[in-house]
Amino acid sequence: MLDIAIHLLVLFIYPPLLLGFIAKTKAAVAGRSGPPVLQPYYDLAKLLRKGAVYSRTTTWLFRAGPIASLAAVISAGLLLPLASSTAPLGFAGDVIAFAYVLAVARFFTMAAALDVGSSFEAMGASREATFGALAEPALFVVLAILAVSARSVGFSDIFGAHQFFSWDATYAVFIVSAIALFAVLLAENSRVPVDDPATHLELTMIHEVMVLDHGGVDLAFILYGAAMKLFLFATLLVRLVFPMGGRGLGESLLILLGGTLTVAIAIGVVESVMARFRLVRVPQFLIGAFVLAAVGLAVLFHRGIP
Amino acid sequence: MMVLADVLLLIVLMLGLAIVGTSRLSAAVRASAIQGVALAILPLLLRDATSPTPVALVIATALGTLAIKAILIPHLLTRAIREANVRLEVEPTVSLHLSLLLAAVLTGVAFWIGSALPLPRPARSNLIVPIAFATFFFGALVLVGRRKAVTQVVGYLLLENGIFVFGQCLAQETPFVVELGILLDLLVGIFVMGIAINHISREFEDIDTEALSSLRDDD
Repeated sequence: MLDIAIHLLVLFIYPPLLLGFIAKTKAAVAGRSGPPVLQPYYDLAKLLRKGAVYSRTTTWLFRAGPIASLAAVISAGLLLPLASSTAPLGFAGDVIAFAYVLAVARFFTMAAALDVGSSFEAMGASREATFGALAEPALFVVLAILAVSARSVGFSDIFGAHQFFSWDATYAVFIVSAIALFAVLLAENSRVPVDDPATHLELTMIHEVMVLDHGGVDLAFILYGAAMKLFLFATLLVRLVFPMGGRGLGESLLILLGGTLTVAIAIGVVESVMARFRLVRVPQFLIGAFVLAAVGLAVLFHRGIP
Repeated sequence: MMVLADVLLLIVLMLGLAIVGTSRLSAAVRASAIQGVALAILPLLLRDATSPTPVALVIATALGTLAIKAILIPHLLTRAIREANVRLEVEPTVSLHLSLLLAAVLTGVAFWIGSALPLPRPARSNLIVPIAFATFFFGALVLVGRRKAVTQVVGYLLLENGIFVFGQCLAQETPFVVELGILLDLLVGIFVMGIAINHISREFEDIDTEALSSLRDDD
């Protein structure tokens, strides 16, 4: 019971803090003081108090989009074990469900963007679909590495009692898949160098352009869902780097929160030192991540599963 | 030590992938320089305690590799890039996306070879053979897939680095003098290629090797 309560508490309350930390890191690197780390919460509270204006060309799909995608992201959050080794919703094959539930979230965001009838938003949706399709193989190979090393496609087995990453045998695989997963994280969460979340009304943006017509509560749902998705990917990365199997709940919670904050700071640093890729370079970045992960899988098979 | 050697081998592989995936000539040269550093350290880590070769000779080879592969050759290539004034590999024969995917396939093949190839004695680390073959394949891929002479030289270097890694699992059999001889040959080879690059760029104001096909006299 305590496990589940902590899981829900962390899942629902913690994610926007990561966005705050990314903004703070970027500000610190640029020599500014930046907004307070709790700013995303204030933004969400402000948006939730607002009403929404809907264009007459939109249908129910536009209104359903933010709700459905937030619901999908929350379901994904219930599938992924956070601090403990079991998630509230766990079953054999939940690794695959996790990836596709997130794809459902993306689908509804894109459908809502297309429903507006603006070619600008449709362009964003098209880019999101392309890059999503390219990021998916890389994510799946990383998940395959996890599944192969645990000989199971269930998160509870993978992150279960045993520590499958001893720091010598599959050392190499772990480095490679962590790098590939970080690249996927940047792409999936529309961060620099794939997309720039800070720009508005620019022709090269991807995710931001799709949500231009959303306002008020809808926008709050979208921002909250995006924060939660970022948190889920960061959790996956942290659990890949620091296996928490066999540790106490308090200790793993500490690793989880500290680890995800470190990921947020790493994202902030990447965003500060890199420029966004030209759009034609993005597929190459994602193919590179896929190849990295595939090499990791090859090494894993070659070395023999521990 | 073996863990460190494995990580180093993996870094060699990653740098190979980076060379396959980049369009910047200077980045490719830099990656091959770092690869040179990794290759210089590798024999020290993989050295068998029972091997008859004196330590001094192993260190001398490492220093020679470092001087030639990590400093001298990259320096020459950087100079060639500056002199010829090219920075990007535009329109390679095999597109960069395709090269990366091909590199993944070739890595798979290399790992298959690594597990299928019978060796006279087991290698110190079972990553040596697959990564040697993968680097070798990457070199061949860069050699045939790119147009700029500088990138092709980097491909040639990759090819040689693959052979160098492969040599590590036979190190006891190969006298170190042979290694030194190979290094010298490599240096001379790069020298000649550097001169050729300079001539091509002076003749055509470009170092695109495609231009060489119109070197006939008759028209």
